[in-house]
Amino acid sequence: MDDHARKARTLPRFSATFDPATMAEIRRAAATGIYDIRGAGAKRKLPHFDDLLFLGASISRYPLEGYRERCSTEVVLGGRFAKKPITLKTPITIAGMSFGSLSANAKEALGRGATLAGTSTTTGDGGMTQEERGHSQTLVYQYLPSRYGMNPDDLRKADAIEIVIGQGAKPGGGGMLLGQKITERVAGMRCLPPGIDQRSASRHPDWTGPDDLEIKMEELREITDWEKPIYVKVGASRPYYDTALAAKSGADVVVIDGMQGGTAATQDVFIENVGIPTLAAIRPAVQALQDLGLHRKVQLIISGGIRSGADVAKALALGADAVAIGTGALIALGDNDPMWEDEYQALGTTAGAYDDWHEGRDPAGITTQDPELSARLDPVLAGRRLANYLAVMTLEAQTIARACGKSHLHNLEPEDLVALTIEAAAMAGVPLAGTTWIPGRTGF
Amino acid sequence: MPNVDLRQTALRELNQALHHLRPDTNETHWLIANPDGRHAIACGLDAAISVEIEGNVGYYCAGMNKLANVVINGNAGVGVAENMMSGLVHVRGDASQAAGATAQGGMLVVEGNAGARCGISMKGIDIVVKGSIGHMSAFMAQAGTLTVLGDAGEALGDSLYEAKLFVRGSVKSLGADCVEKPMRDEHRELLHAKLTAAGLNGEIDIGEFKRYGSARTLYHFHVDNAGAY
Repeated sequence: MDDHARKARTLPRFSATFDPATMAEIRRAAATGIYDIRGAGAKRKLPHFDDLLFLGASISRYPLEGYRERCSTEVVLGGRFAKKPITLKTPITIAGMSFGSLSANAKEALGRGATLAGTSTTTGDGGMTQEERGHSQTLVYQYLPSRYGMNPDDLRKADAIEIVIGQGAKPGGGGMLLGQKITERVAGMRCLPPGIDQRSASRHPDWTGPDDLEIKMEELREITDWEKPIYVKVGASRPYYDTALAAKSGADVVVIDGMQGGTAATQDVFIENVGIPTLAAIRPAVQALQDLGLHRKVQLIISGGIRSGADVAKALALGADAVAIGTGALIALGDNDPMWEDEYQALGTTAGAYDDWHEGRDPAGITTQDPELSARLDPVLAGRRLANYLAVMTLEAQTIARACGKSHLHNLEPEDLVALTIEAAAMAGVPLAGTTWIPGRTGF
Repeated sequence: MPNVDLRQTALRELNQALHHLRPDTNETHWLIANPDGRHAIACGLDAAISVEIEGNVGYYCAGMNKLANVVINGNAGVGVAENMMSGLVHVRGDASQAAGATAQGGMLVVEGNAGARCGISMKGIDIVVKGSIGHMSAFMAQAGTLTVLGDAGEALGDSLYEAKLFVRGSVKSLGADCVEKPMRDEHRELLHAKLTAAGLNGEIDIGEFKRYGSARTLYHFHVDNAGAY
């Protein structure tokens, strides 16, 4: 064999099926005998808002002046049955995240940031903390299967109630908060012994199915004298039927959380393989409300992978009334910040990829109950960062809406959008760019 | 004594009147006629009053009760006294599923039987059922006591935390991580106190009860226990 032939050998080639990450997981499973648990949402590549584009104004559409003409962002939630609907300055809300999963400082920062931006934040499994209520002008109180920390006094203090059926990271799944995060305070709020692994049920203990849900909603309304808006949150799986059933049961607001939506701790196999992408969930949910004559009467909140004002504008154009952010809000607070790279490396990961939120060792002091780590997060500064992020997203959405000639974000519509891929076109129900083709709806 | 006929008065009106009572109110005893199985009667109370309901009630009667003493002279639907914080709820007849679910305090007494999932996820309530209870009772029960003078159905105390279960009759089966435990003096005293609070002082032989509690093997998730779930 001459030199040329020796140099012409093939490169080592990884299998697309058994890629390095897959092989690493097989080795990890073989070594430990237990599935991988992690935080955050689906990490796989999915059809998403990136696959949509706005068309903007043209000869047939008249734009608004960017720095002079008003583009409103206000949204009212809960006007269907509640005596006291809530009004937000921006349609970007903060999704439910628990004290226990997050530090008290992180919860306070979320409240501060949301309040500065004129929007709402949401409790999570484990109940309401004083820090959170005190710093949140508008607070949504989650009503979860575990009922950890469920207290009628807190229910009455809330501005709205969110009945949680499921979440996008794990439709049909319960939860597990590992013992290292069950401090005395967390345990006390949940009526559990400190230090044990806390399981959260996947089903509500005292009702089953939509007929019971209607009765449960009646009870919550009676307890709060019909003042509070009632949301129903579901993980995106069957959005048409879930939205219809929630609305039929009497919800004021339906929240649909796609599979990119984050979790505090769930099996990786669950996160990556159960549920549907956010993009695929919006149009069926809107269709359900339209079929019932309830679109814009029952508000629709979309969450799961919302990162920018463009994502917000696209979700609203597809028919949502508002969005919720969780992971994006945590990043704004300081989660996965490269300033902690040395410590992420020590944990066997890197900034941007850290997702072992359940272990309570978050260098950024957000997904932890460790007092020293928690103290790293200044709730005032972190709240300011969140408020800045919310302001930027709102401005971005307004910029796009004005370009489409809309004087309110809610005036955006599917007609303003096209898709870059056939998959996104089918899911979003908008034409493939440069064509009039909406897969599954119109002829080829 | 306010006397409310639910065929004449809207439920919403009744509940709001009960919610808006001042702490020094003289209207401390309420009589409710013709409940006709309505849901959410007398829920969300937060006053030391007594409410007597003459008939059968639907779901979630006395839900999230605080301080009040609610007597149901009939049967109760799903979730009676769910998430109660304090006070007393007394069902003269039978109770349906999820009686006392997730409740954190107070006492629930059921003269008859209670259905499935009695005391599910209970967090500190004391429940005394004079008849029998259905399957999956005390599922994930965290704290408090469940005392049953009759029998218990399948999977009693499945995935139990720290609630204490006392059953005089038979138990069809125990759920995951629920085991029979010895009755020591402290448990006899506890059981006696609960029976006394339920109006059964001296009427019942405590020696006839068995105690059940958590084996605590599932408190820390481990793959070797996966078969238990």
